[in-house]
Amino acid sequence: MIFAGIDVGGKNVHVVIAKNGTILAKVGGPAGINKAEAAEQLYEEALKRAGLKRGDVTRVVATGSSGSRVAFANGVIPDAAADARGVIKLIPSARTIIDVGGEEGRAIKISPEGKVLDFAINERCAAGTGTFVDTMARALEVPVEEMAKLSLKSTRSIPMNAQCAVFGESEVVSLIHQKTLKHDIARAVHDAIAGRIGSVARIVGLEKDVVMIGGVAKNAGFVESLKGAIGMDVKVPDDPDFVSALGAATAAATGVLEEKVKAKVVEKEKIEEGKA
Amino acid sequence: MAKYKTKGLDCWGRAKELRMKYYQDYMEAHKRGALRWEGGAWTFDAVPQALEGEVHALTEEPYGASVGANPELQVRYQEAAEGKWGCARDLCAYMRSYWGSIVLNEFAFGGEWPKADFIFQNHICCSHAKWLQVADELEGGDIPFFCFDVGAGAYDKIGERQINYVVEQLYDGIEFLERVTGRKVSDEKLIQNVYNTYDSACYWAKACELNQAIPAPLDEKTMFSLYVLGTLEKSNTDIAHFYKNELYPETKDRVANKIAAVADEQCRVLGDTQPPWGFLRIFRYLEKYGVVSIASLYTFSLIGWWKIDGKGKIVPYPTLEEQGITIKDRDHALRLLAEGELKGKLMWAPFYGAKYKNDIVTKIAKQWKCDAAIIHLNRGCEGTAQHQMEMKIALQNMKLPVMTFEGNMADEREFDEGRTTRLIDLFVTENLGLKKVAD
Repeated sequence: MIFAGIDVGGKNVHVVIAKNGTILAKVGGPAGINKAEAAEQLYEEALKRAGLKRGDVTRVVATGSSGSRVAFANGVIPDAAADARGVIKLIPSARTIIDVGGEEGRAIKISPEGKVLDFAINERCAAGTGTFVDTMARALEVPVEEMAKLSLKSTRSIPMNAQCAVFGESEVVSLIHQKTLKHDIARAVHDAIAGRIGSVARIVGLEKDVVMIGGVAKNAGFVESLKGAIGMDVKVPDDPDFVSALGAATAAATGVLEEKVKAKVVEKEKIEEGKA
Repeated sequence: MAKYKTKGLDCWGRAKELRMKYYQDYMEAHKRGALRWEGGAWTFDAVPQALEGEVHALTEEPYGASVGANPELQVRYQEAAEGKWGCARDLCAYMRSYWGSIVLNEFAFGGEWPKADFIFQNHICCSHAKWLQVADELEGGDIPFFCFDVGAGAYDKIGERQINYVVEQLYDGIEFLERVTGRKVSDEKLIQNVYNTYDSACYWAKACELNQAIPAPLDEKTMFSLYVLGTLEKSNTDIAHFYKNELYPETKDRVANKIAAVADEQCRVLGDTQPPWGFLRIFRYLEKYGVVSIASLYTFSLIGWWKIDGKGKIVPYPTLEEQGITIKDRDHALRLLAEGELKGKLMWAPFYGAKYKNDIVTKIAKQWKCDAAIIHLNRGCEGTAQHQMEMKIALQNMKLPVMTFEGNMADEREFDEGRTTRLIDLFVTENLGLKKVAD
């Protein structure tokens, strides 16, 4: 059977289609304002890449802050649960997950079976999210993709405010005026968020292996800063921004769904029996 | 089919009526030649209410909460306070609403802001210490102001010296009241007020104690509308009567007949601090999973008095009747009032350290048979939100699943309902392993 997971986050949508544990297609793109439409389009694209039609997919599970907007999903699971399912599949030794996306940073403690034991969220604050990096990259006038390379060049640690993205931006502007080198500022930005995320992670307790996922995990400069902030090694799986979608697909496969999913599947099977 | 029988409280309407009468009386006081005073919910109202003639109070926090229940109103009042003073948004949310109300010359219950004749306040926290001083400035700076300190120590440190410390200040308070109002403090009224205060505080505690029953006869969302009367005027005869003769007997009856607050109770949750007042529907959202909030130090002890008995259990503080005490005179009344407040109000204990809060809260979790805890990290009140993360660890050490969510009791700009319900879904399905019982 074929399953799909769709992660609709604040900034991006990620889709994973899998069969028997093998990923057939992975597609990601901006969520935009109309997230339902973005999810629909990206799902269609993923199906096309996998050479499939909608009817070939047995179950679709959505997750993410706007997962409930995916009208065609058979069910929705909470994002931290999707993170747990996805990470444990890729890295069975994982016990602490740090997920930093566009609009939220969270730490999750998981069991060896991939169950969420505890969680902590960096709530209502851009300063612990990918948005902070985007904002600072704009202030530095560098593409956000360059931030990692820049910060890894730095050999200097500069303390920086990470309580507020707005204050952080004005601090970056001040550092620029003081002729601070861009790579040192980039590192300061990463260190600042890492300190904040590290504090969130300590709420659930840091137990190895610590795995980082989400879009910001692609930023090697941030990952280095995070290792420094928590004093531990951090593993990053390939395509870390797809892990939550993978987790949702895994949940679809293992039947962890809401009641309405079961009713819809039963009804679909009855219709198919009738046709046969 | 529902798991338990349920029905609404018979005394609910009476509670609503008493609350509205309180605000109506305050608004209309001057028309009847009555006095008006401002103070806090913990301000030993028995004393100013002992003045001869008709006297009505406006307590700050319940007013702030009333504004908080209306998100649009709270933002308007807070922005007025922030605009007038540039006051920071991390100040007490109730206080900002209160100041904004005065700045706009609006009373949340209708009409213009009703100016007080005097202020009688105690310093239970740094916000309260400044709150009414600033309110007085906003109202013209000519309202006579009296305050007294109650930082006497936690409940296990209260002895004669601590009681004397407060009582001596209350005598100063009486002298102040008589001087600024031209009226006398009646010993007869004072004594009755202290009897009423004990009844209000102890019978509320007794009603809360009954929530140890399964199913719980009361849910926290309902309890918010019931404890509020004690924050308005514990010394009021009608309010004391309500707790002793209406709410408590009805709650006992519900326990005897297994009448649940929530018919599908399957998980009992411990809360903490004030809720986000404009979004109490999150309690109803929890009930879709059969999760009922039934206990919290805040709800139990904001007005309720308790003690730790010889076996280390939290039990209601004894009434004067149970103690076999008949109040003799003014001094006896004041001493009993101070003793009850200082020893019985466990809500003061967290101000003295996490150790106290952890001890009390873990006892509550055990005695009230809580299955989990959901803690509102309340940015609006630093006092009640003290030690919440230490408390989380203490509860987790008891193997209780704990969830936290950020918010503000009376500033809707700091609460994200969508995110909070998603966190609830995560916690309830993953950590508690529950499914919805209702849609």
